[in-house]
Amino acid sequence: MIEGYTGKLPVPTPGTQPFWDGTQAGKLVLPRCGDCGGWTYYPRPFCMHCFSWNVTWTRASGHGTLHTFAINHLPAKGFEDVGKPVIAVVELEEGPRMITNLMIEGEPDPDAIPLDAPVEVTFRAVTPGITLPWFRLVRGGR
Amino acid sequence: MARHPHSGKVAIVGAAHTDQIGKLPGHSRLMLHAEAARNALADAGLTLKDVDGIFSAVATPNEISEYLNVTPRYVDGTSVGGCSYILMVQHAVAAIMGGYCDVALILHGESGRSWIDMESQGTPQGPGGQFEDPFGTVGAASTYALPVLRHFHDYGTTKYQMSHIPAATREWALLNPMAMMRSKGPITPQDVMASRPVCYPLNLLDCCLVCDGGGALVVTSAERAKDLRQRPVYVHGTGEATAHRSVGMMRDFTTSDSTVISGQQAFAFADMQPSDIDHLMLYDAFSPTPMYFLEDLGFVPKGEVGPWLEDTSKTPDGKIIYRTGPGGDLPMNTNGGGLSFGHSGRYGMFAMLEAVFQLRGTAGARQVDNVNTSLVHGPGRQFAAAATLILGRD
Repeated sequence: MIEGYTGKLPVPTPGTQPFWDGTQAGKLVLPRCGDCGGWTYYPRPFCMHCFSWNVTWTRASGHGTLHTFAINHLPAKGFEDVGKPVIAVVELEEGPRMITNLMIEGEPDPDAIPLDAPVEVTFRAVTPGITLPWFRLVRGGR
Repeated sequence: MARHPHSGKVAIVGAAHTDQIGKLPGHSRLMLHAEAARNALADAGLTLKDVDGIFSAVATPNEISEYLNVTPRYVDGTSVGGCSYILMVQHAVAAIMGGYCDVALILHGESGRSWIDMESQGTPQGPGGQFEDPFGTVGAASTYALPVLRHFHDYGTTKYQMSHIPAATREWALLNPMAMMRSKGPITPQDVMASRPVCYPLNLLDCCLVCDGGGALVVTSAERAKDLRQRPVYVHGTGEATAHRSVGMMRDFTTSDSTVISGQQAFAFADMQPSDIDHLMLYDAFSPTPMYFLEDLGFVPKGEVGPWLEDTSKTPDGKIIYRTGPGGDLPMNTNGGGLSFGHSGRYGMFAMLEAVFQLRGTAGARQVDNVNTSLVHGPGRQFAAAATLILGRD
């Protein structure tokens, strides 16, 4: 965890608590549909594809590709230790896309961050109760 | 295909801004609504007593009815972001044609800069609070920036090409005495790229100007409009859609689905196509928004907006003519846009007011010749909702 973390924190609700329990345990856990097989993000008590309520919390692989990103130059609280946030949309190999952050060493260079590059989940514990799912580029692919 | 039976049967008969836009620390959110109402009703030659429908988004209809001390028999508080008022025109058409109200007052007021009596949206328990805000987003610039690189990647669009949007829009602002950037001089695409980075790929000059202000429209039947003092501006086509809330949920980061759907509805309602449109108001919260809308509404083929924007010409004395600027073939955002006129937060009202002034022929130095039709389009939040309006002189 990060001492005196100042960034915005999610407040889990009963319906999303298993997701945040998952990140705390180093796992990306999402609702998966028992009928159509689809995965849902952000977590809901039903399948976002077929509206079936037959969903089960299931561990995702944590692998995906970088779909798009932006580099925030505005001061963003909670990022003092890592520099400018690279706000990313990652497409999980299970299908859903999620807004996240890309972990980059040093000053982010947009020309060195290729779209569709393979990424993998990494976990950033920010407080005793909250661990945020971040992603990093997989060098040399998988 | 025939036009919708309601097409052309309802008209905008009153249209006005608040006295000023900009930094107005003496005006609360509700005062801005009241001032806009006063000005639009005066423009229409009507009074508050004539109004029986209230449409408002930043303030709820409850707040408005209490503040103005009225009891409308029809209310609409649809709040889906910046396009809310554009979408309310469609609702006003339905209400007027259905007999639910006769005179609709669509009201906008927003203390977007001074933030007097304004509320922040969302909670840390909501989908945005849990799954978007913790990842370093700071305001609309950081979320509107997110889809853009995907358009660049898939279609080869460049930042230089996109920078033609604010440059062209500034040319119009220089002709508008109410525009916040009226005295700031022209800017080039290179100036846009050299301005301070805000959220890559957006720079400062890619971002709208946050301001305080408001505006209002008075809408009634075309029949009643005949007896009123202004030349009526007819509602030919309307459309609306909402696809999601967060930008991260876009199905395709190069297309606004709600834009496509609302545009198709509006063109079908009016039985028109893009080539029938003389003047465009495509809500420019940030440079990419009109870029996406030009494609998604069918004015430019999908993926070709970059080269289209870059295809400028020159006057005999060497001045650049942008496609969407003064003298260009598709005049757009002629008030100076959110980028150089001013953007209170839900700018859709300002876009419609400019379309009305252009169709009345009262836009002064920035008046475009021969405007018989105008299309207004806006997004709600970041490419989430959308509304389209086609207006005409006849």
